[in-house]
Amino acid sequence: MLPRSFRLTAKSQETPDTFTLVFEDPEHGEVRFRPGQFMMIYVFGVGEVPISIAGNPHKTHDLILTVRGVGAVTNAICALDPGMVVGARGPYGSGWPLAAAKGRDLIIVTGGIGIAPLRPAIIETLSRRDDFRDLSLIYGARTPTDLLYKDDLLGWESSADIDVEVTVDRASSEWWGDVGLVTRLLPRVRFNPPNTAAFVCGPEVMMRVVARDLTARGVPTQNVYLSLERNMKCAVGFCGHCQFGRDFLCRTGPIRSFHDLAERMRVDEI
Amino acid sequence: MAARVIDSSGLESLLTALRRSGYDLIGPTVRDQAIVYDHVSGTDDLPRGITDTQEAGHYRIEERSDESLFGFNAGPSSPKDHLYPSHDELFSARREDGRIRFTATVHPNSPRFAFIGVRACELAAIAIQDRVLLGTEAVDLGYSSRRAGAFMVAVNCVEAGGTCFCDSMGTGPRATEGFDLVLTEVTPGAEYVIETGTSRGAQLLASIESLPAGPAEEQRVECGISNAVRQMGRRMETDGLQALLVDNPEHPRWDQVGDRCLTCGNCTMACPTCFCSTTEDRVTLDGEALRSRRWDSCFGLDFSSLHGHSVRASARSRYRQWLTHKLGTWHDQFGMSGCVGCGRCITWCPVGIDITEEVAAMRGQVS
Repeated sequence: MLPRSFRLTAKSQETPDTFTLVFEDPEHGEVRFRPGQFMMIYVFGVGEVPISIAGNPHKTHDLILTVRGVGAVTNAICALDPGMVVGARGPYGSGWPLAAAKGRDLIIVTGGIGIAPLRPAIIETLSRRDDFRDLSLIYGARTPTDLLYKDDLLGWESSADIDVEVTVDRASSEWWGDVGLVTRLLPRVRFNPPNTAAFVCGPEVMMRVVARDLTARGVPTQNVYLSLERNMKCAVGFCGHCQFGRDFLCRTGPIRSFHDLAERMRVDEI
Repeated sequence: MAARVIDSSGLESLLTALRRSGYDLIGPTVRDQAIVYDHVSGTDDLPRGITDTQEAGHYRIEERSDESLFGFNAGPSSPKDHLYPSHDELFSARREDGRIRFTATVHPNSPRFAFIGVRACELAAIAIQDRVLLGTEAVDLGYSSRRAGAFMVAVNCVEAGGTCFCDSMGTGPRATEGFDLVLTEVTPGAEYVIETGTSRGAQLLASIESLPAGPAEEQRVECGISNAVRQMGRRMETDGLQALLVDNPEHPRWDQVGDRCLTCGNCTMACPTCFCSTTEDRVTLDGEALRSRRWDSCFGLDFSSLHGHSVRASARSRYRQWLTHKLGTWHDQFGMSGCVGCGRCITWCPVGIDITEEVAAMRGQVS
């Protein structure tokens, strides 16, 4: 339960309100994690928030986080300068079930900062590309300015190993790509529905529509995985805040199959 | 060890022996016109000749016609207040040599509590909190240290209150486990049958004067407990309860109870099993950062806040969360119900919402 001290070594601005930060813990070294897991990040005297790990799962010396400043703690994280320190404990939570996607087509659908917990999964699938059949990423952002990981996207787009489709809600004059919901791009990627797995992370309303469309196309509900988000204080099942029906999302989530979630996701204010 | 009998001076000796062994005695005592758990030093601090009347949204203490020391039922506080206090420091942090040095707040000198007069429903509630706070890979350190040292002197209820339903929940009125010693007040204020639950309980009992309990005394214990069963003010049907709640998130009763619920959170504060908490961070003037845990309630609007909004904005959804968790999903999470039938949430609800009535209504048994 006690955080370790991490020092910020590098920071880059992704969008006007979102930063990617690289931390290290010189004393204790690496943070081993499974793609999709999160850390509890503590800012001295301010508070603690759950943040997904966005780094390469094979380069565990660096703890890489992408943070959007929306509240007191996340704004304080975004305001850190290299050399400054935070506390971090974890990793916590279930990871993306890469084993369940093995031998299948894999579709990754993300919206907004939802791409952060999927970045390690994309890196991991590309590092053992032969384990999967067709691999595609559908990524939606509000505007072209809001796109994260632009360098990664360029690299993935130029790779024959993954089909990358990007869309925005509102285009700018220099945007030549797609405009509209991520679900509109589903017909464009190749997948054989009965033998497809999907990893989905984004706003809940987006995930609901994506899961519905994927399953309507014949992807089995148990192969569609969503990463849910709830208020979280402790990450170890004590505080009660992250309950989503029977799940403490910190412990039995945040990633669950749509098969398991569908009924609860139909209930308002659950 | 077979049951023994002690008189009022024997009870006094018992408390003295516990105190001399270094225990901090926590027992029922009258404060602010309620019977609460607080520090006591002897039998003089116990609510002699005092009882309570409880109904939905109603609690009053009044004088009894006898000198009973345990002639009342669950009050607004429970052992939770001492084992899992409403505010507990978790760690302190200091910036030193370009890093943050974290120090877990340890409780080396945390008091060893001896709880006096703990009821069967409260022992069941402690067993539930043990499961929640100690039963997974993570452990709440403060709870763990306070719990490990605690000595339990239980009391079998021989009377039940208007909002009691432990009999329905299978948690009482007889204390069957989780105690070191258990008393049954067979003659109010004068005579107690005492049974042991642990070897340290037996050791303590051996150090005070007692007489063997005969069949007559044992019969009076049985009579007292049967009397409490008969007096249960409420009952709750538990068959299929888990599914009833989980499968009915859109039941119209949620709207009806949501209209009455003030979302004050009294039920969660009085409940001996509710464990939800939040954290607080502060920095002292000399630059030390402190993190503490504070009780929280799923009835608060902030409890479910996410990106500046509340997931559970309506009273309906917050009551549904509390009840569905308590009686339904608690089973999935911890393999047991979160309700022990103590009736506190009924008594202390300012508008008298009754958990047993809500369940009956969900079953279609209330108009």
